[in-house]
Amino acid sequence: MRTLAVSARVLSQLRRDPRTIALIVGVPMLLETLLKEIFADRPLVFQHTGAPLLGLFPFVTMFLVTSITMLRERTTGTLERLMASPLRKLDLLAGYGIAFAAVAMLQAGAVSALAFGALGLDVSGPRELVAALAVANAVLGTALGLFVSAFAETEFQAVQFMPAIVFPQILLCGLLVARGQMASWLRWISDALPLTYAYDALAHTAADTLDGRFGLDVGVICGCIVLALSLGAATLRRRTG
Amino acid sequence: MSAFSVRHLRVVRGGAVVLPDLACEVARGRVTGLLGPSGSGKSTLLRAVVGVQRVAGGTIEVLGRPAGSPALRARVGYMTQAPSVYGDLTVRENLRFFARVLGAPAAAVARAIGDVALTEFADRVVNRLSGGQRARVSLAAALVGEPELLVLDEPTVGLDPVLRRDLWSLFHGLADQGRTLLVSSHVMDEADRCDDLLLLREGRLLAQDTPAAIRARTGAQQLDDAFLRLVES
Repeated sequence: MRTLAVSARVLSQLRRDPRTIALIVGVPMLLETLLKEIFADRPLVFQHTGAPLLGLFPFVTMFLVTSITMLRERTTGTLERLMASPLRKLDLLAGYGIAFAAVAMLQAGAVSALAFGALGLDVSGPRELVAALAVANAVLGTALGLFVSAFAETEFQAVQFMPAIVFPQILLCGLLVARGQMASWLRWISDALPLTYAYDALAHTAADTLDGRFGLDVGVICGCIVLALSLGAATLRRRTG
Repeated sequence: MSAFSVRHLRVVRGGAVVLPDLACEVARGRVTGLLGPSGSGKSTLLRAVVGVQRVAGGTIEVLGRPAGSPALRARVGYMTQAPSVYGDLTVRENLRFFARVLGAPAAAVARAIGDVALTEFADRVVNRLSGGQRARVSLAAALVGEPELLVLDEPTVGLDPVLRRDLWSLFHGLADQGRTLLVSSHVMDEADRCDDLLLLREGRLLAQDTPAAIRARTGAQQLDDAFLRLVES
């Protein structure tokens, strides 16, 4: 029950901030539209990258939103109050995860409605699976955001973790250059990054070429969520200096 | 029976010794004031009693258990010095959340808001309240769980005299119900409102007694003077 209390509280905070919600939903819609327009004369490019991007937006947004929200919790003293209360660390982390997964559903729903509707994005695989992967990526972003918030002292620092942690993963995941064309040392790094598996799952779902690797992809995503949440829990200290 | 007892408490923060070797004992059902100048280690002692302060040595027993024990978390209420509530939620939303976290009944929310005289502001977003009102929301969040021990870090700072008087009478009302309150302040004129006093300076206890006993011992009429005589003796 305490988990849901945390989720409800995080969602009420977001509801008080309609501009942020508008940005969370509106910005990916704008980017998806731009993607279609810049490749207007090469529609295949949009068909190949539109769906994976759809699934990667929630990762980026939720990473950012979560790391800032959690940092605020640390700096305003509410975390100290919660750590003195009967709330378990898992309640707090899972509460955040559930709240932002709900926001991700809203985001993924709106952006896929636009992409599959007005923008004419076509995927061979099941669209529901693309949406489900988008939500899983959002939870992954949330879990990573919770973890890195421990290493930021100010909101400026927290924002910088986005390019530091998210951009390399986007460059190396296979979206811009197929992993097979990368130098082997880049591929090794790529192998170690969770977004690589998220992209792989999305790309194969969109192309309807699901094979044994899909299970591995989903397993790695889930494993990374659990790992990041455990690391996040380790950064929540009941006692501080 | 004591609400908590501290023995040989040593706290080091950022390489500086804040509390070298502190001992004290606080009785149940009373309002104990922790007074001392800013930087004397008041907040550190309060944090140690609540169990959120990393300590270098000593023992703290709270309500019969080591400070910070999981079983104590619902029995000890804590108000931090800076208002620690969610600025983007209303007063009521904040308290509803803390009530759920503490496992308090829904009825406790309205009562806690009434106790700190914020009923007419219950649906206002905390960020749009004054500093003093925000501090009271934070106080209400400590009250809402109806804890046996309330640890309040400067709850009356910056409040107008009428409100301060009302809060002190609220504190005594809670003590009359058998609850224990540990209230810090750096303002000496609040000392007389407490049943017992802990006078702290540079991490050491100058005195631990009732205001009357401290006056008698130092021969000072004003507690401010008593504090000075204790420092100089």
